[in-house]
Amino acid sequence: MSMQPRIDPAALRGALMPRISRRDLFRYAGVGAGALGLSAILAACGVEGEGGNGAPTGGAEGSPEWWAALQEQGPGDLVNFTNWPAYIDVARDREGNRTRPTLDMFTEATGIDVVFRADINDNAAFYAQIRPAFESGQDTGHDIIVITNGQQLSEMMALGYLIQLDHSLTPNFNAQVGPVHKDPAYDPGNKYTMAWQSGFTGIAWNTKFVDEPVTSFMDLFNEKYEGHIGVFGNEADAPSYAMVALGINPETSTPEDWQKAADLLIEQRDRGIIRKFYDQAYLTDFENEDLWITMAWSGDIINDKLYFPEFATFEFTTPEEGAVIWTDNMCIPAGAANPLGAIMLMDWYYKPDIAARLTEWNAYVSPVPAGGEIVQADADAAKGGNKAVLETIAGSPYVFPTPELSEKSFSYRVLEGDEIEQWNDLFLPIFLD
Amino acid sequence: MLAMAGLALQEGTSLEGFRLTWRFANFTDALSKYDEFFLRSLRNGAIVTGASLLLSYPIAYWIAFYGGRFKTVFLFLLLLPFFVSFVIRTVSWSFILSDDGIVFGPLKSIGLLPEGFRVVGKTFAVLAGITYNLLPFTILPLYVSLERIDKSLVEAAKDLYSNKVQAFLKVVLPLSLPGVFAAILLTSIPAVGDYVNAAVLGGPGTAMIGNVIQSEFLVARDYPEASALAFILMAAMLVGATLYARLLGTEEITT
Repeated sequence: MSMQPRIDPAALRGALMPRISRRDLFRYAGVGAGALGLSAILAACGVEGEGGNGAPTGGAEGSPEWWAALQEQGPGDLVNFTNWPAYIDVARDREGNRTRPTLDMFTEATGIDVVFRADINDNAAFYAQIRPAFESGQDTGHDIIVITNGQQLSEMMALGYLIQLDHSLTPNFNAQVGPVHKDPAYDPGNKYTMAWQSGFTGIAWNTKFVDEPVTSFMDLFNEKYEGHIGVFGNEADAPSYAMVALGINPETSTPEDWQKAADLLIEQRDRGIIRKFYDQAYLTDFENEDLWITMAWSGDIINDKLYFPEFATFEFTTPEEGAVIWTDNMCIPAGAANPLGAIMLMDWYYKPDIAARLTEWNAYVSPVPAGGEIVQADADAAKGGNKAVLETIAGSPYVFPTPELSEKSFSYRVLEGDEIEQWNDLFLPIFLD
Repeated sequence: MLAMAGLALQEGTSLEGFRLTWRFANFTDALSKYDEFFLRSLRNGAIVTGASLLLSYPIAYWIAFYGGRFKTVFLFLLLLPFFVSFVIRTVSWSFILSDDGIVFGPLKSIGLLPEGFRVVGKTFAVLAGITYNLLPFTILPLYVSLERIDKSLVEAAKDLYSNKVQAFLKVVLPLSLPGVFAAILLTSIPAVGDYVNAAVLGGPGTAMIGNVIQSEFLVARDYPEASALAFILMAAMLVGATLYARLLGTEEITT
């Protein structure tokens, strides 16, 4: 909906006729506004939440009948897939062009083209970008988006900005999804989401500069590394992390626990040792050695270390106090142009061989456990440098979590109602200062 | 403006929607919560405007008086980098000034700078970034007013036995004041409201009010509070600019 008070063009044209002087025009405008009352204008520019006329959830979008009707029409011939950077397998063909094998195979199998964009760097910023389209009931231009479990995802589900999935169309998902990614706490029954990958928020360090073993969250407090310590500035990672460090399970944490975590983060900040509160850009600074030790997302670091010789000195661990695990979810935004093509592509990534290829490339936690055996088999069959890479991936607890690690892994807190504001008011100012 | 004022008086959450409740406390809440950031922004704005004037005046002066027939060429060269997007230029600076980047790397390895020296993430980087990005807004108005000065006036001053410095202080500087006035106005307003430089070149302790508004709007999705903050900033700038124009400007700016 429009944020501007509407002005009738005809009235405007009339008012600008020369028989009325400029001075008169202003006077009339003043009187008019006074007479109408300011509140009418102000009320007209409110922002609608739930129950607004914005989202096109009315009617049958997402209902079984709607999906059935779509199936009769058949999928459109193009899917717009928007994801995070460094998250999908890339290769070069004989001419040296960049290709994305798992997507190309999808196009080959179904005849549906995929436009892939790595446009998401931050959940909050991306959500703010597409929210106006949702509010006005328009197509966001994306058929699949990948959003981390958290405030933005919960809000999109609650406001009807996502299309309900029809799991009769996702045979691979139904057969292959692992226990961690089936029926998650933030989306019971996978009504709106299917996991893309999960990952751990842990600590990465560069052994060129940090030569002692890193084991704990408190290593990010070491004044020796002043100015070269990175901490995430999003609303979920650092707070959850601080709670784990304090021995609190963030999933079941209370506002008192949050306060303790906030105090710890403030103490860390006020030591003046942190370089910056980061988003995805931490990886660039870590790669060019401005950061020596930083909060990091597991796959980013493992992938760098495995595939680039210049990053051989990178290390990643989850602290002994416990690990923070999150899930990036594929979902279909309301108003999407090709939802059927989208759900087909989402399900495509639950084929074990496709899932295995993806894991071999991005080194994140796959929602398809059966892919693990394929990675292992590929590792056994491979030769040379490739073998070492695949064996590392197949054996990494951060790609195929061991039971011990899973036991010590915690998810973000699912926030409801007033808790959201309470959480944000407590934590966001820390990262601002 | 009205829309923003309206939003600033609403109450609610982004999940349940916002309703107009004439909640003026949004303004006082915003001020008391974030006064520190307002002050920091005003301080940064003042420093940047001052630095920018000091840097720009000699440049504009030189081009106007000694540029000859290449004046436009010099101006064009000066503006050339600014054809590249604002954000890209700022990100490039964070690259150029990185701890072991192309500037500090060599200086450190020959021992001119201590190992721990860094610029990015400090207030200095933010101030320098804003100053750089706003340089054209200072140079151009200065140049216009300096260029219009009749050179024979300077000669006349010299004929009347003033030396170079006196001629500058008594003739050129007063005649260029309208340009200085405009330059201050054009530079200080975007400087106070800037948030890109603090986000890209800054670190903990450098966030400005623009960053607070961005966070309130994007992350917390507290639209009323974000609007209240933006409204206060705008109102303060408007009042400041009006006072400034009343006290110092008007007559000169019309000459």
